[in-house]
Amino acid sequence: MERDIVLSADRVSKQVSSPEGPLTIVRDVSFVIRARESVAIAGPSGAGKSTLLALLAGLESPSSGRICLAGTDLTSLDEDGRARLRAEQVGFVFQSFHLIPALTALENVMLPLELRGRSDARSRALEILARVGLVARAGHYPRQLSGGEQQRVAMARAAVGEPSVLFADEPTGNLDTVTGERIIELLFELNADAQTTLVLVTHDAALASRCARVLKMESGMLA
Amino acid sequence: MAWRALRREWRSGELAVLWASIVVAVAALTGVGFLVDRIGRAVQAQANEVLAADARLASPEPLASELQQHAQQLRLRTARLITLLSVVYNGETSQLANVRAATEGYPLRGTISAAEAPFAKGVPTRAIPARGECWPDSRLAAAVGVSVGGMLDVGALKLRVSRILINRPDQGSTFVEFAPALLINDADLAATRLVQPASRMQYNLLLAGDSQALLDYQRWYKPRTRSGERLETVADASPQIDEAARRAGRFLALASLVAVLLCAVAVAMSARSYLARHLDAVALMKTLGAPRRLVLGVHALELLALAVSATLLGAAGGWLTQTWLLRALAGFLRTDLPPAGMMPVLIGLTVAIAMLAGFALPSLLQLTRVPALRVLRRDTGPPPLRLWLALAPALLAVVGIIYGTLGQWQLSLYFILALIGTTALLATGGFGLVRLAGRVRSRAGIALRHGIANLSRHRVGSVVQVVAFGLAVTLLLVLTTLRRDLIHDWRATLPPGVPNYFFVNIPSEQRADFQAALSATGAKSERMLPMVRGRLLAINGVAIGDRPEHSDMAEREQNLTWSLELGDDNRITEGRWWSSADIGKPLVSLATDFQESLKLNLGDHLQFDVAGERFEATVASFRKVKWDSFRPNFFIVFPPGYLDFASGSYMTSARYEPVSGAGLTSLVRRFPSVSIFNVGDLLAQVRSVIDKAATAVQSVFAFTLLAGVTVLLAAVQASRDERRYEAAILRALGAGRGMLMGSALFEFAGLGLLAGVLAATVAAFGGLLLAQALELRYRFDAPTWLIGVAGTVVIMGISGYLAVRPVLESEPRSVLS
Repeated sequence: MERDIVLSADRVSKQVSSPEGPLTIVRDVSFVIRARESVAIAGPSGAGKSTLLALLAGLESPSSGRICLAGTDLTSLDEDGRARLRAEQVGFVFQSFHLIPALTALENVMLPLELRGRSDARSRALEILARVGLVARAGHYPRQLSGGEQQRVAMARAAVGEPSVLFADEPTGNLDTVTGERIIELLFELNADAQTTLVLVTHDAALASRCARVLKMESGMLA
Repeated sequence: MAWRALRREWRSGELAVLWASIVVAVAALTGVGFLVDRIGRAVQAQANEVLAADARLASPEPLASELQQHAQQLRLRTARLITLLSVVYNGETSQLANVRAATEGYPLRGTISAAEAPFAKGVPTRAIPARGECWPDSRLAAAVGVSVGGMLDVGALKLRVSRILINRPDQGSTFVEFAPALLINDADLAATRLVQPASRMQYNLLLAGDSQALLDYQRWYKPRTRSGERLETVADASPQIDEAARRAGRFLALASLVAVLLCAVAVAMSARSYLARHLDAVALMKTLGAPRRLVLGVHALELLALAVSATLLGAAGGWLTQTWLLRALAGFLRTDLPPAGMMPVLIGLTVAIAMLAGFALPSLLQLTRVPALRVLRRDTGPPPLRLWLALAPALLAVVGIIYGTLGQWQLSLYFILALIGTTALLATGGFGLVRLAGRVRSRAGIALRHGIANLSRHRVGSVVQVVAFGLAVTLLLVLTTLRRDLIHDWRATLPPGVPNYFFVNIPSEQRADFQAALSATGAKSERMLPMVRGRLLAINGVAIGDRPEHSDMAEREQNLTWSLELGDDNRITEGRWWSSADIGKPLVSLATDFQESLKLNLGDHLQFDVAGERFEATVASFRKVKWDSFRPNFFIVFPPGYLDFASGSYMTSARYEPVSGAGLTSLVRRFPSVSIFNVGDLLAQVRSVIDKAATAVQSVFAFTLLAGVTVLLAAVQASRDERRYEAAILRALGAGRGMLMGSALFEFAGLGLLAGVLAATVAAFGGLLLAQALELRYRFDAPTWLIGVAGTVVIMGISGYLAVRPVLESEPRSVLS
């Protein structure tokens, strides 16, 4: 069973300083996520969901506790080491899509593979763009795409490297309901195809319920 | 409130760039301003001393004694001063010196200072050397290695050095004369035997006293003016020096102007990004009830505080620059110039305010027009600025700054046209290259691709940076090449075997002896030609004094000669050279340079005056003269037998490789009236002056590079938010610091490459055009261009990298909601 664990948090806390003194955003959180599991981190605004996601993906370091991602202790790595691990093991879908404006849709999707130094980046990116139905828009820049299209490109970028864990941060937050639903369908399809672990942060209970497991957060703690 | 806002916004970075741009502009302008001001003050202070008198009557011929007697009758103070060039000896060591024989009373205005050792602090004195004594100046004493108590040979006379001349009022004001000076007593001059009928001397009668008496004297003298004589007053003498200084200053100002204008571009760019970043805050202030006047007032005060503080620091930088320039120009300019006034600081402040008003004010006015509605709808911005409102202040500022600095409409216009031309060339090339770079990016690696993608994304910013750096590098490259070509050309004119000494004033009756003595020293001498001084009076019966365009020619005495042979360094372009049948005929052959300046034709009748004798000659031929053969050559040549009445001296040149100075020493002792010019030394002196001037201009152009850096900083500031955002995404996706830094290096080094290549190309063509205009041989010099391109890549790469580095450190966490 231990071999299946792809992500684990052990008594993780995050404190930041504020004018009123130290503020604990994530407090003593522990859990494990197994391979191919889909887990939602749900809770109201300010509960610490996004901070927890940032800690799990190695975007920032915890104040205490230990996080293991794909068998590597994140807390033992420096910033560049964590970046290398993200490039190898992690895919991201952000609420604001975060495509690079100077790059075309194709070039945005190629990015994760290029960061790994893969020579088949172009062909793989075209394949996955075809999978999300955007191969015809491969040469378009983000500003030439609609919000839904931009999020599909972002999902293609997240999935192209076949990551161990796909993190999605409020992926429908900037989309209308209909487009949002289509995007969610696509997200789960891609996840199933690639047999990736999905960690999804949302305040939307309906969306959270589509995941196999829901971790509820309140005031920085798991409820 | 403005102060608080200023402190807060300083941290944002735009203000820092805005401030740095003004500092660089003010430093460039005031550096040159301080220097010109100091020279100006020196000129002013010495204006009435420059003649060592209130008026000076100068002539190449001895002055009639009645000229002095009449002045004395008018109760004017008088003194005589005779100057000539001669070689002075201390044993075997020699130096060409400006020998100045003065009578008691000299100088009538200003004071002489003298000391016991060369270059020591001088003590003012009213005396002149006593008979049998001489005062060499510091340069002469050092050159021949003599000290007080030593003896100097001046012509046939030995004189004891009793003091060292440190300063004299008429030493050419600001610019140092080439030959060092030796002051002797007028009573000793005859015994030196330097005064020969054909010696090149200047006889001066110095006058000082009541201005009415001076006017009376001038009125009395005017109808008695003889050929070659000139009465100079302070008003005549100082404007020339003043104009020379002003011209030099204007040239340096041109160099600093480019830096100022580039800084103005940086100001405009910073102001635009300042506007973009403050839209929300101003909309909020308005929602909270702040009136437009308050918004405008707060920001205008902020900018004014910025202008004042930047001016102070810029002026301090300017002061240091000026000190450095003065050192670079040592030997060319006197270093004991009076300190500069505060005027350049005021000018710096005016320019700083003009830059802000012209380039930042339109953005500021835009800011005040942001509707409060923007707090609800972020896409609501200020109404678009009317084109004239955006351009008019900038144009006014540019024209004002250019005209204010150069002070001449025509020069300003040329400068603006040249600037527009070069900028258009660089901008067109820049756009083309940036587009081209965009096309090749798909074949590049990830770091390189990101670098190139940034180049094409910030296309306008990229092109502005390319133009800014391109302009700076073009100017530096053109100057470097021309300077090298100029020096190379001068060296090339003295190949082995070409004469390096000129011998002038060889008395007619001694020429055979001189020729023999010269050959005995081992020198390889050239032809010896007679030399008579005369003036051109009329062309085809029309006095040239009546033609304003030729008035200069009318004033000047010309050297005339006669010869039967045409040297192989002369080529007839029109007409025919004479044969022995033409001996004694009234014919004349002219150099093409003379033909062009006077617009003469074959068959024209020219009237000349030689020592009061008038005669005519018909133009028989024009010759193209190869002056750089360094053999005796003349503009005006007659056939032999026509100028027999004139008692002239002779001149020749020779190639002489001295084993020791003894050969020339004995020659000069035997023929004391002969003047020797070492052409190599003269060229070296001229070369060193030009070299120093070029160093000064180049150092001012270095400001242009600094200005280019401020433009780059402004462009980085403008794209800062985008860069920070992108860096965060890339880091979230797993990009390491190395990749981000690599891409930044690629981006700015790439920009440097574009700017460098463009600048080298424009400079190559510009240099070619300028070299043609200056009649220099132009050589394409690959190493200089390569250094130029590599230098631009390094400077832009490093400064861009350093500017963008903090932005790339942004936290990847910020990409999450």
